[in-house]
Amino acid sequence: MNTTETNTIKKPKMGSPVGVGGYVSTRNSCKLCAPLGASLVFKGIEGCVPLLHGSQGCATYIRRYMISHFKEPVDIASSNFSEESTIYGGSRNFITGIDNIIKQYKPTVIGIASTCLSETIGEDIPGHIRHYQEANEGNGKTLPTFIHASTPSYAGSHAEGFHNTVLATIKTLAEYEKAGSHVTILPGMVSPADLRYLKELLSDFGIKFTLFPDYSETLDNEYTAEYQLIPTGGTPIHEIQRIGNSKAVIEFGSMFNKTALRSKDKGTIQTAGEWLESTHYIKNHQMPLPIGIAATDRFIAALKDITGLELPEYHRKERGRLVDSYVDGHKYIFGKKALLYGEIDLVEALAEWCREIGIEPYYIKSTDFETLRAEANNIKPDFLLGNSKGYYIARERGIPLVRVGFPIHDRVGANRMHHIGYRGTQELFDRVVNTLLEYKQEHSPIGFKYM
Amino acid sequence: MANLIEDLKLDEFKEEVLKAYPKKVARKRAKSIVVNDPDAIPVIQANVRTIPGIITQRGCTYAGCKGVVLGPTRDIVNLTHGPIGCGFYSWLTRRNQTRPATADAPNYMTYCFSTDMQDSNIVFGGEEKLKQAIREAHELFHPKGIAIFSTCPVGLIGDDVHRVARHMKEEFPDCNIFGFSCEGYRGVSQSAGHHIANNGLYKNLIGRNDNYKRKYKYAVNVLGEYNIGGDAFVIEELFDKIGVDLIATMSGNSTLEQFESAHTADFSLVMCHRSINYVAEMLETSFGIPWAKANFIGAEATAKTLRKVGEYFGDQELIDRIEKVIEEEMVPVKAAAEKARKKTEGKTAMLFVGGSRAHHYQELFSELGMETLTAGYEFGHRDDYEGRRVIPTIQVDADSRNIEEITVHPDPTRFKPRKTEEELKQLKEAFDIEFNEYKGLMHDMKKGTLAIDDLSHYEMEKLIEMYKPDIFCAGVKEKYVVQKMGIPLKQLHNYDSGGPYAGFAGAANFYRDIEMISCSTIFKQMKAPWEREEYVEAEYVFN
Repeated sequence: MNTTETNTIKKPKMGSPVGVGGYVSTRNSCKLCAPLGASLVFKGIEGCVPLLHGSQGCATYIRRYMISHFKEPVDIASSNFSEESTIYGGSRNFITGIDNIIKQYKPTVIGIASTCLSETIGEDIPGHIRHYQEANEGNGKTLPTFIHASTPSYAGSHAEGFHNTVLATIKTLAEYEKAGSHVTILPGMVSPADLRYLKELLSDFGIKFTLFPDYSETLDNEYTAEYQLIPTGGTPIHEIQRIGNSKAVIEFGSMFNKTALRSKDKGTIQTAGEWLESTHYIKNHQMPLPIGIAATDRFIAALKDITGLELPEYHRKERGRLVDSYVDGHKYIFGKKALLYGEIDLVEALAEWCREIGIEPYYIKSTDFETLRAEANNIKPDFLLGNSKGYYIARERGIPLVRVGFPIHDRVGANRMHHIGYRGTQELFDRVVNTLLEYKQEHSPIGFKYM
Repeated sequence: MANLIEDLKLDEFKEEVLKAYPKKVARKRAKSIVVNDPDAIPVIQANVRTIPGIITQRGCTYAGCKGVVLGPTRDIVNLTHGPIGCGFYSWLTRRNQTRPATADAPNYMTYCFSTDMQDSNIVFGGEEKLKQAIREAHELFHPKGIAIFSTCPVGLIGDDVHRVARHMKEEFPDCNIFGFSCEGYRGVSQSAGHHIANNGLYKNLIGRNDNYKRKYKYAVNVLGEYNIGGDAFVIEELFDKIGVDLIATMSGNSTLEQFESAHTADFSLVMCHRSINYVAEMLETSFGIPWAKANFIGAEATAKTLRKVGEYFGDQELIDRIEKVIEEEMVPVKAAAEKARKKTEGKTAMLFVGGSRAHHYQELFSELGMETLTAGYEFGHRDDYEGRRVIPTIQVDADSRNIEEITVHPDPTRFKPRKTEEELKQLKEAFDIEFNEYKGLMHDMKKGTLAIDDLSHYEMEKLIEMYKPDIFCAGVKEKYVVQKMGIPLKQLHNYDSGGPYAGFAGAANFYRDIEMISCSTIFKQMKAPWEREEYVEAEYVFN
């Protein structure tokens, strides 16, 4: 048995109350929609304004969720389909939308994601882009770069939307020239704090790198005297272009965009790293998100392997302190049970970390909250590890929820939460141990204030 | 105060803001930005399509139907037919507060019911999956009602939710199953969804229960109150205090039975005119229940509304009870207002939210001595700005034609005018109760203020830059933009997790919250010492 599968709950054979096919409607989904993932990636490109080609509600709902999580302005435009555009096609709306974005924002990039609506009626977005470019280029105008990702929500969740958009962007922009010495990091769906950490680590290492996407500033911006219409930050276009000549790629994840149920794509889906390896012959180092010492060591080893450089002292000491704190805290968490949920990439990495520190992780791949809630009755977890949406299960069971991932819309500071590397693991470890200590203290009849 | 508005030169805004738009867009937006004159209310363009690429506050038809009108009803299984996003995003929001009578009374609001359509459902049709979803919900919960909400792809692939509803109703005769064609693209904004929801309430729920048992002699409905921050709880308590039955609140803290019994009330009070005026009219035409505009936002407004109820019934005992309640409730409210006014007097506000809130909340700000400079709706129509008198002149465009207009006739057995024409006339003359009337937001705004419909992101930034209000009211989508500009934003769709703000107790809550915001020192820290002008000047002097 694969080690990462040890404590995976077997998908419970609950049988639908109506027979074949399993549950349909009553399970409280544990996934969001694909254009949200796309918007997140587009926010990680410098000078980019995302446009959702479809009904305006998609942009509004997605903005609301991203804004509630990041607590930052998130401008996402829409082509505002009406019944008429739904019947006759959305090319006119597309053109007006692009015109208005350019006039208001002067963006360097417009990232266009499709929606259920435009996908169902078969809108030819690459065609719209081509026509727009043909009609507007040449008369002295510099047009923004256009990127298009196909993200119908009936073919995958926000995680697929995210990874497919990373792939689509790289496919659109990556050059094919002589290999350079820089390393490309495709971090997956991590927090702005995680992205900042990666940049710091790689700079301290002395590695030339491209990090994509990078929404560390755009979705966690400082206060500026002048309001920024498009916030500064994001991976610049020229850096995304040179991903095509990088020395190596490191991409974090385990499932990526491969849970999509779209039958025509089955078995043919590639991650961005796999595509770069197969078309640009760049060595792809695929590994789970570096959460925990073993996983981070694997990442550091890959960096050393690629560049021959040594882990800087400062970061070596972070590792040392983490090990030391594991020792200090292990008695309070050993043997505890955690119920995990969220994007598979995150959950599998967290599960590996839980095992590393002696917590028993339980999770079900691609599940829903009601199945989790039912399983919680058998497992009797000591705490939940996941996003805000599982709060009701924690509340019902009277156990703590340690918030990680997306969406966290009932707390502040989601963008400043660390998950990865020695530093992120340290923060997670301290949060988990303290949460369990607090729970014990609050449930103690005496109320110790010393441990 | 009038000088303040003049001094600010709000009329200069329009020219300034339109500069950045392409010509065609500028022409269109110009009609939605007007300088108000309450004595000669100008025409405003409203309820027209948002221009693609202009970032709007507006949501979609589905959001208005499922999220707003039906969302707060606890014992109907609200099932989203579509891919997962729409159902997930409208799952248990801050609107969805409810108080089931007992711990095991049904409350399905905590669920995110969705058919989670996949590729194959889009290709081969989703009706079978929808049927299976309904069977499952029925088998697990045995709800009294199941409502089906269509998302964008549903209409496109030809799934007929109404046919499925009929079919399933035959299978489960004990359950009221009905569908809504509220695909996101159908209307200009949420407003289309409200209308579709209103039609559905009338066709499928209202009038099904003639056996409502009253606790008191008189009974009313409160329409267009969605229980944000627990507002409906406050209003319910008030009616209990004055001894009047509140049969149906549409739809905050509501149940299916409340809709079914609404036709037995004596009077309908309309809070959010935009989202529910259709039901108010239907109740009148079909059952003879008059309606009047009401407002429970603001202490004075609440008192006025309660007095209206007393005058309507013309019962001295009730009138005395109402006066007593007002007198008691006003004591702490006045104290809170007096305290807050020390900090808030003379400050300015801008309100851009909803289809009524931008109007109602001006009451609270005026109680705080604050001036509203500009206001506008996200999804209002011309009548919400200019008053119902303009309804006959509103052009019906393709988007409005899209929405089914249902013909309502007097109910053959249950139509019973609660008041004769003569009585209504007398009530209007004696107490100025305006039946079937809403005078709109511009009627109550001062001369020289600005009304702006469907405010764009860019216009909002320009407003703040030019006039620097002390507080800006909108929703979470605007919150961090405004706050990054150094101006506090009060969320009026969620109350920043605060509230309730309705009624007397709510008004006092609001005063406290606004006082707190006015005193906040954090905005002073936003500029570092070296960025502050005084610092530079001081340095210059010392050099």
